[in-house]
Amino acid sequence: MKLNLAPNINDPDGFYDELLGAHSGLSKDESDAFNARLILVLANHIGDRDILRAALEAAK
Amino acid sequence: MVDVRYDIAFKLYPYEKTAAIGAAPVRHPVVIIGGGPVGMAAALDLGRKGTPVLVLDDHEGVGQGSRAICFAKRTLEICDRLGAGQAMVDKGVVWNVGKVFRGDQKVFEFNLQPEDGHKAPAFINLQQPYFEKYLVDAIRKAQSDGCPIEIRGQNAVTGITVHDDHVGVDIDTPDGPYQLEADWLIACDGARSPTRDMLGLRFDGRVFEDNFLIADVKMTADFPTERWFWFEPPFKDSGASALLHKQPDDIWRIDFQLGWDIDRAKELKPENIRARVDAMLGEGADYTLEWTSIYTFQCRRMENFRHGRVLFAGDSAHQVSPFGARGANSGVQDADNLAWKLDLVVKGRAPESLLDSYSQERVHGADENILNSTRATDFLTPKSAISKVFRNAVLELAQKHAFARPLVNSGRLSVPCVYDGLSLNGPDDLNGPARSRVGASCADAPMADGFLLEQLGGDFTVLALNTAPPDVADVDGIAVRTIELDTARDDPSGAIAARYLGEEPHGIYLIRPDQHVVARWASADAADIKGAVRTATGRGQ
Ligand SMILES: Cc1cc2nc3c(=O)[nH]c(=O)nc-3n(C[C@H](O)[C@H](O)[C@H](O)COP(=O)(O)OP(=O)(O)OC[C@H]3O[C@@H](n4cnc5c(N)ncnc54)[C@H](O)[C@@H]3O)c2cc1C
Repeated sequence: MKLNLAPNINDPDGFYDELLGAHSGLSKDESDAFNARLILVLANHIGDRDILRAALEAAK
Repeated sequence: MVDVRYDIAFKLYPYEKTAAIGAAPVRHPVVIIGGGPVGMAAALDLGRKGTPVLVLDDHEGVGQGSRAICFAKRTLEICDRLGAGQAMVDKGVVWNVGKVFRGDQKVFEFNLQPEDGHKAPAFINLQQPYFEKYLVDAIRKAQSDGCPIEIRGQNAVTGITVHDDHVGVDIDTPDGPYQLEADWLIACDGARSPTRDMLGLRFDGRVFEDNFLIADVKMTADFPTERWFWFEPPFKDSGASALLHKQPDDIWRIDFQLGWDIDRAKELKPENIRARVDAMLGEGADYTLEWTSIYTFQCRRMENFRHGRVLFAGDSAHQVSPFGARGANSGVQDADNLAWKLDLVVKGRAPESLLDSYSQERVHGADENILNSTRATDFLTPKSAISKVFRNAVLELAQKHAFARPLVNSGRLSVPCVYDGLSLNGPDDLNGPARSRVGASCADAPMADGFLLEQLGGDFTVLALNTAPPDVADVDGIAVRTIELDTARDDPSGAIAARYLGEEPHGIYLIRPDQHVVARWASADAADIKGAVRTATGRGQ
């Protein structure tokens, strides 16, 4: 499997809304902590080290 | 004059004036500088193989204060081969359960759940002075059996002169100085190694800007025999992390991570230590302070562990943070790796270049230890704001979700390294389990009577499983023993087949004196065995 960098999210506007919504009312520190937890949850779901490495690269 | 740098817990090798003072320098085949755990293990191993060895230590026994408490299975197996393992296991505290807290919340609990069918437990806690004492007891026993080991207490090495064919050693004693010569010198003189300094060799690495306060306290408490580790402990002034762990004799190791900018003298005052311990154990806890210390640590190693006729082993060669218990444990593996090689070289059965493989293999081990120890330290002491954010995210998630628990790193406990792809390895021609691949240390397994590792002993060994072994008793003067097992008969628990054959019906292993796998085959003839023994003793094919 390769890292999928093509559009893959249904209803992109809806997702974006939910992402921002999850941060609403959080302080900067709380938002940073939330982001870190989210990254870890997603990374675990992916699991595959090659894909994770490619994602780290793609995010640069 | 010999400086006393520390107090003695057990006076095991009282000073005696040696006849060498005032006489012409005597040549010794092997001299070991430093009688800590690593020097003593090396002396015991060499002496039991019949190679004369002299240990010089600048004190008269084992230093007070525990330092190492946690000894791993591989170390206990090596010590068992050397005749000291049982005393350690008998005295030590076996533990399996660890709990990780953050503040007053339990993050999770783990159980090491050691695999069945090993003679040694996964870990024991034992004060380092006992560990060293049992090695010296085994040396005394070996001496009485005629093994050529000598220990000279209060003999401080003050100078080293390297020659082509030997090393000159200057020694100071209470009765004045003398000199001796060594064909081979093993420097086991600790992290501050005077030998390394005298040879002008570098010891590069990373210093961690943190101070840890240790208090070994004696109390009869009914805390369970578990490793308790706190991130951001809830007790007053206990620093960034804390540890509570049981040792024998009702001693508990308490460790507080205090940070970098501290006043050492102030923090070491008994009343200040007691205030912290009271806060942890609860007001009115009844205990005495047995040993206290503040330590900082480094992760560093020498570039090469062999410098001609001088070999470095243990902390003199590499230093790691204590998280993971990799210091003494890896040092004993250095001794285990070096002793058989040096023994063969001294006896003229292997080329001196075999000793280069000691450095190659143990540098590989040290790098693995330093990597693990550095990663643990980065988790314990996040080095940037964002690394702290991630660290705390892991701890929060670990309370709720199993997936995050393996990311929590309060020290990955010592396991032996595998010498993957290194120069002494022979062919891997058996489709067997990965754990027993070429370069790995052999896994123990129960036999009808006793355990497999007891059978392996400390020679080259052919282990033939469900197939007839080729007839090889000796390769160019190096003894090769053969163990032939029929797993239907000799493997009551099935562990030998599971650990060495996997799905394969039969196989042949060649095992080194330090119980690492040289080569394995589905079937092998005498030429295969001879070739692999030659490779494993530094003579190519
Ligand atoms: C707080 C703490 C906790 C630790 N916990 C663990 C643990 O749980 N598990 C683990 O495996 N490791 C642990 N370690 C590491 C462990 O203590 C060391 O790795 C181990 O002691 C190294 O053994 P060594 O024989 O190489 O050196 P040392 O034990 O330092 O011995 C060196 C010897 O050389 C002698 N010497 C020095 N200079 C001279 C000289 N000029 N002439 C003659 N003799 C000399 C010294 O007196 C000493 O006897 C811990 C360390 C610390 C600080």
